[in-house]
Amino acid sequence: MQKITREQLIDKAVSLLENGTVEAVLGWGKGEFDYDVTPTVFKTADEINAGFVWNDFCGANFSRYLVAKTGKIEGKILVFLKPCDTYSFNQLLTEHRFDREKVYAVGIPCEGMADIAKVKAVCGEGISAINCDGEKIAVTTLYDDEPIMVDAKDVLAERCVNCKSKKHVAYDELLGEEGEVVDSARFDEVAKIEAMTPDERFAFWQNELSRCIRCNACRDACPACTCEKCVFDNPNSGVENKAPANSFEEKMFHIIRAFHVAGRCTDCGECSRVCPQNIPLHLLNRKFIKDINEFYGEYQAGAEVGSRAPLVDYTTGDIEPGEVFDRRDTNA
Amino acid sequence: MRKCSLESLNSVFAEIAKAATLYIPADRTDGSAVYTKWEEGVVYSNALNTVRSPKDFFFPQMENLMEFKTQGKTIEIIDTRSETEDFVVFGVRACDVKSFEILDRVFLSEPVDSYYAARRAHGVIVSMACTRPSETCFCQTFGINPAEPAGDISVWKTETEVFFKSNTEKGVALMQKLEALTEECTEEAVDAQKEKISAVMKKLPLANLTTEGFGGGKTKELFDNPAWEELSQTCLGCGTCTFVCPTCQCYDIKDFNTGKGVIRYRCWDSCMYSEFTRMAHGNNRLTQKERFRQRFMHKLVYYPENNDGLFSCVGCGRCLAKCPISMNIVKVMKKIGGSNE
Amino acid sequence: MNNRAETLIPKVGVITDVRIDTPDIKTFRVVTTDGKKAFGHKPGQCAMLSIPGVGEAMFSITSSPTNEEFMEFSIKKCGCVTEWLHQAEVGQQITIRGPYGNPFPVDDVFVGKNLLFIAGGVGLAPLRSVINYCRHYRDRYGDIDIVYGSRSKDDLLDYKEIIDEWATDAGVNVHLTIDNPQEGWDGHVGFVPNYVKELGFDTNKTAILCGPPIMIKFTLEGLCGLGFDKTQIYTTLELRMKCGVGKCGRCNVGSKYVCKDGPVFRCDELDELPSEY
Repeated sequence: MQKITREQLIDKAVSLLENGTVEAVLGWGKGEFDYDVTPTVFKTADEINAGFVWNDFCGANFSRYLVAKTGKIEGKILVFLKPCDTYSFNQLLTEHRFDREKVYAVGIPCEGMADIAKVKAVCGEGISAINCDGEKIAVTTLYDDEPIMVDAKDVLAERCVNCKSKKHVAYDELLGEEGEVVDSARFDEVAKIEAMTPDERFAFWQNELSRCIRCNACRDACPACTCEKCVFDNPNSGVENKAPANSFEEKMFHIIRAFHVAGRCTDCGECSRVCPQNIPLHLLNRKFIKDINEFYGEYQAGAEVGSRAPLVDYTTGDIEPGEVFDRRDTNA
Repeated sequence: MRKCSLESLNSVFAEIAKAATLYIPADRTDGSAVYTKWEEGVVYSNALNTVRSPKDFFFPQMENLMEFKTQGKTIEIIDTRSETEDFVVFGVRACDVKSFEILDRVFLSEPVDSYYAARRAHGVIVSMACTRPSETCFCQTFGINPAEPAGDISVWKTETEVFFKSNTEKGVALMQKLEALTEECTEEAVDAQKEKISAVMKKLPLANLTTEGFGGGKTKELFDNPAWEELSQTCLGCGTCTFVCPTCQCYDIKDFNTGKGVIRYRCWDSCMYSEFTRMAHGNNRLTQKERFRQRFMHKLVYYPENNDGLFSCVGCGRCLAKCPISMNIVKVMKKIGGSNE
Repeated sequence: MNNRAETLIPKVGVITDVRIDTPDIKTFRVVTTDGKKAFGHKPGQCAMLSIPGVGEAMFSITSSPTNEEFMEFSIKKCGCVTEWLHQAEVGQQITIRGPYGNPFPVDDVFVGKNLLFIAGGVGLAPLRSVINYCRHYRDRYGDIDIVYGSRSKDDLLDYKEIIDEWATDAGVNVHLTIDNPQEGWDGHVGFVPNYVKELGFDTNKTAILCGPPIMIKFTLEGLCGLGFDKTQIYTTLELRMKCGVGKCGRCNVGSKYVCKDGPVFRCDELDELPSEY
């Protein structure tokens, strides 16, 4: 359950709208089901009162939308940012992708978001209501007489299980209490893959990436993938491919994307959240983050605005390619 | 109607697989189901449906159309197709069975798409009645009864038995091969199941969704509806909805130079993509609003206008489950159509 | 459409002549490898041409169906396929499939009518097929007026044919215009839509328009201003196409597929479509 309430967020949004600080509010909109939440631009208090949602299914990271939405308005847009969203926010600012002056950022605490797939794995299909007000999530289905009580911790999204920070690194105003950077176990899965033999590792990714349908959801949801024109959309690029034409191509897309966001990816986990085929894409990015940490010292993209990522900042102390090569036998 | 015990379903699979390649939904390592080639050890999934629709069997995401050999100024065109083999798809839900009719009207109308037609001719569809519809299901909006799936053979599964009813010549031929494994039976158990599902259908959250306000001839009325702007405002422009959709059938034709020749292949395309309509001198759908509108207008207005009122949606609910921003045809229908419940 | 066994598999064609028309338009003559015309067509129909490895694109057939020896395509350099074609030499093989789309109603609606052709730039390419067809069956039609404009004299397509053949025909009036004054040009200067208004045609004609969208828009307004009804005006559309047979979905506008239901439309039919073309 979330410590901050929907009412608190609505009060904030409505007052900022009504006193003219902002002219629009980027928030989570009510859908057909309790877990069904759509990023929405609200323009009036009525719209907010009727459709604003805040619950355990508000996982969407709004930072990316600021690139397009700030260009469309005269004044400011209010955006609610969970701690992990603030890293993407900063990273986009570092890359000059939107005008900070056009945004009013409200930091909100987050207790972790639920993964509906995990809920369904427990409760099955046919969910008619979900109540996440308490420590336990109450799931009502069409097929059970009583609500099924699920421990919120058991259905947390992977990225929340491995939450890296409850601390906001950017905001104009903070609602609720500030948290701390968390000592997460997020690299454990990466280490497991590193420990595999090359053949096992290849088989692992072959199995995962062979499911890719090239829908581009990972790219289109990624706050680090905001190029105006993606190379994969350019028919003249020679690499434009809408279908994983062969097993090489399906890997190529993801590997190129991982390289492109290396050093810029904040590990927000949107790629894995939106993948319709449940491919753990975040593991590719985390591998880069882990390597960067090990090669150049701890670096968290988006922790501050304007920082130079190790990959684009040459120093004489940088690791030599030979050292990286030597590492291959020990792990990766 | 014939039946066998649930335990002997595997023997049924083995029998079918003797004469044709058999595909059944099976669970993957990530927990979702996918149509998998049956071989000993592949277990029938209990999932309500697969993430990828069975349109792949007839309209695969990628297929080679032909090859070219070029030398100097000359070109040789090679039809690289081999004979299509017989195959059986087992476990297709009622919604997905209906999707084949929608695809047929595109690919089998003149001029017939011979690639699709060959697969259609060689494929046998064995459907499976639903027992536990999801909240995302709205097949009944399009007149589909999940307890009475069509297909060459309709199948019902209870906790102990499996029931078969053949509907077509292809189905009768396949059932003949299963004669020794099945026995004649009454329809009692199946009728009981139908009744139970019928009661569930009425309770589904989308039970009251109607197609009111949509259909052929509604272009003028709906095209300039201001709601398109709002509905599409956070659409990411990815192709998830179109690729998991059993009725989306837009495609691209592309060439791939292998170094030894050129393969011309066809692959799924998406009207949601920015370059779908891009030409050398411009693009007639410049913003995501226009691309978003095209997808739903096509399903709910243009397609029915050209196809005797048949809508190009079967209510399978895949887009509801998979859209990264949870925007989907149900929200469009409720917002723009006449059914606000 | 005929029942073609293989709609997507083309034939091999050979370029037997390349004519440089303007700085960015060339006209290609194409036959099959055995020297014949690839297929019959009607005025206004299109064909898919491709170069393996480069791509496939839809082009209007500019030669008249009455030419039974070969087909011609006037192609402006503006994308991958066209750039490649512009470098092609005589003898180069390409692939060709078609014909696609509905033709202009030359054998019924147009019969007995006075015809007014209005074209801009490379927009003359599809109309040339119709004009030459109507000239061939001259006695079936009334007076023929042709208004054609381009950026400059050098950008006028088929200039020699227009001057030597069309302008000398009895009952055919040619009105040429260029956008800006130019040395050696004593003809009309100005945009096509304005020229049409200046010429002030009688409404006892059927008008056929083709050109850039902006020209179509203003010419249509001009014609309506002169009293023309939209049912008297035809045009041909161009959208991105891949299959040519109304299945791939690209050229879908409203319930129509431009490749199959067009590319020729009567302007009142266009009003029924959403404004996405």
